[in-house]
Amino acid sequence: MSTVSDTRSVIGSPDEIRVAHRAHWGWWVLTGFVLLCAAGIVQMLFTNPNLEWNVVAGWFFSQSIVFGLLRTLELTVLAMFFGILLGMLTAVMRLSPIKILSTVAWFYTWFFRGTPLLVQLIFWYNLAALFPTIDIGIPFVGPTVWSGNANQIVTPFMAALLGLALNEGAYMSEIVRGGILSVDQGQQEAAVALGMRTSRALRRVILPQAMRVIVPPTGNQVIGMLKSTSLVSVTSMPELLYSAQLVYNRTFQTIPLLIVASIWYLIVTSVLSVIQYYIERHYAKGGRRALPLTPWEKVKRMFTRFTPAQTITADRRA
Amino acid sequence: MTVPTIPAGPVAGKREVVLRVTGLKKRFGPLEVLKGVDLIVERGEVMCIIGPSGSGKSTLLRSMNHLEEIDGGRVELDGELVGYRLHGQKYVTLPEKLLARQRTKMGMVFQSFNLFPHMTVLQNIIESPVGVLKQDPKEAKETAMALLGKVGLAEKAQQYPRQLSGGQQQRVAIARALAMKPRVMLFDEPTSALDPELVGEVLDVMKDLALEGLTMVVVTHEMGFAREVADSVLFMDGGVVVERGHPHDVLLNPQMPRTKEFLSKVL
Ligand SMILES: Nc1ncnc2c1ncn2[C@@H]1O[C@H](COP(=O)(O)OP(=O)(O)O)[C@@H](O)[C@H]1O
Ligand SMILES: [Mg+2]
Repeated sequence: MSTVSDTRSVIGSPDEIRVAHRAHWGWWVLTGFVLLCAAGIVQMLFTNPNLEWNVVAGWFFSQSIVFGLLRTLELTVLAMFFGILLGMLTAVMRLSPIKILSTVAWFYTWFFRGTPLLVQLIFWYNLAALFPTIDIGIPFVGPTVWSGNANQIVTPFMAALLGLALNEGAYMSEIVRGGILSVDQGQQEAAVALGMRTSRALRRVILPQAMRVIVPPTGNQVIGMLKSTSLVSVTSMPELLYSAQLVYNRTFQTIPLLIVASIWYLIVTSVLSVIQYYIERHYAKGGRRALPLTPWEKVKRMFTRFTPAQTITADRRA
Repeated sequence: MTVPTIPAGPVAGKREVVLRVTGLKKRFGPLEVLKGVDLIVERGEVMCIIGPSGSGKSTLLRSMNHLEEIDGGRVELDGELVGYRLHGQKYVTLPEKLLARQRTKMGMVFQSFNLFPHMTVLQNIIESPVGVLKQDPKEAKETAMALLGKVGLAEKAQQYPRQLSGGQQQRVAIARALAMKPRVMLFDEPTSALDPELVGEVLDVMKDLALEGLTMVVVTHEMGFAREVADSVLFMDGGVVVERGHPHDVLLNPQMPRTKEFLSKVL
């Protein structure tokens, strides 16, 4: 029936099983204490004039902040998209029996995980200074197939995207590889024994199962990326945090504007958590464990859990 | 709805070889696991392979559909070399596409079932017929339901594998392999992972298939099944075939001391 198990005792005859949730007085004391602290913080938030809530409200939907937010979202989505693609590609390469592929993939993750993201971003931003023109062709051997001006190709946005996506790909590569390795070897064998080619087995059998292991850390990565985008201010990209900074450099309302940015980050993170829940639910198909709770269910659970002496009549067991 | 027809048993007097293994050698590093194994499986034949653990039975079975690369000898299915093609004087591994096509002609049932847990029973069965053989999904579904009826699990079509017992999962795995209409079915200890009370239901299904004339190679420790159903029994030890013949000869009147010793332990 109920999954609350820690404070449960079973009483009654076999045809009517009552599950009583005894509430410990200690929990009530702790709950009261926490509520008191929360109230104190809320009171402080509302009464401290330095927080200047009217300024916060004034800037919250202002054009520069909303544009910054959109930039942040755009960068997060694109960098994650390419990062996940790169991660999947390099994870499969890492696991390939073909030596050159696995070596290249290993080198990629080694390099991009091993150097600071900030340095990588500055590097891409200054690419034009290092290489004024970009030539595409086979080194030493072939003719140049394509050539272009680095300053025109690597715009601040491109530099930011390149830096974030390449770095993300290296982390996602390890996450995806871990997911693939978590799937029992027998699955691959059963798939190829049924005449599937490796690529099909990967797509239809291995990856869908690996997703259950891949999704939770990927959710972490997305939220991390949301905030990593604030690093791209070094490429003069006015994303959310940098937009707020540009404002308070002018108006000196530092704290209110940082609050504006933080609230937006919290809102987006909350939305992302909900999305993650539904993705996890999707890939939990056929699983043995219960599905994770929705954020809403978690809140409900919190309030029902400590209800004293809640009585549930169990199904009659013949 | 029609139950897929399975090739009839051996036509009297006419021997049709389905699977031929010649001088098969396989090593894992320094360990020589198969030291030259020969066998012939005719159409409609049920061959049981018995032998102590570690004698190379699984490796032999896995070499037959090229789940393992081999180091010597050859495997032929319907006269066609499996896994390799002759290039001058050398064997080279077939490209994946051709390998996959050969594997569709051999069904394999594993000790640990290996159903796809994220797909329903029905999806498990039609996945390869639709995805690999490009069958019409509607027809594939009908065939799958007929096969499920045959293994006694028609009402479980929409369940996920983890909602089924081990015996039921293995029966689904058998239906899944049969859906590819293979020329031969390879079973690697299909009942070894099952609770004792579930072994019977899987063996019953296999018995029915044998009676219908399906060509089967079965690695098993179920001596009762071998005695009752097999057309031939092959005893392996240390990577070689020690003794082979009719089940009554090999199981009830073994000639080789190693066979006698093994049987005295398991019977
Ligand atoms: N992938 C492998 N790598 C190394 N040794 C293996 C591998 N697979 C099987 N072996 C070894 O080969 C021998 C035969 O194994 P196997 O064919 O599984 O025997 P059986 O199925 O008869 O119990 C055993 O000694 C086993 O340890
Ligand atoms: Mg074995």
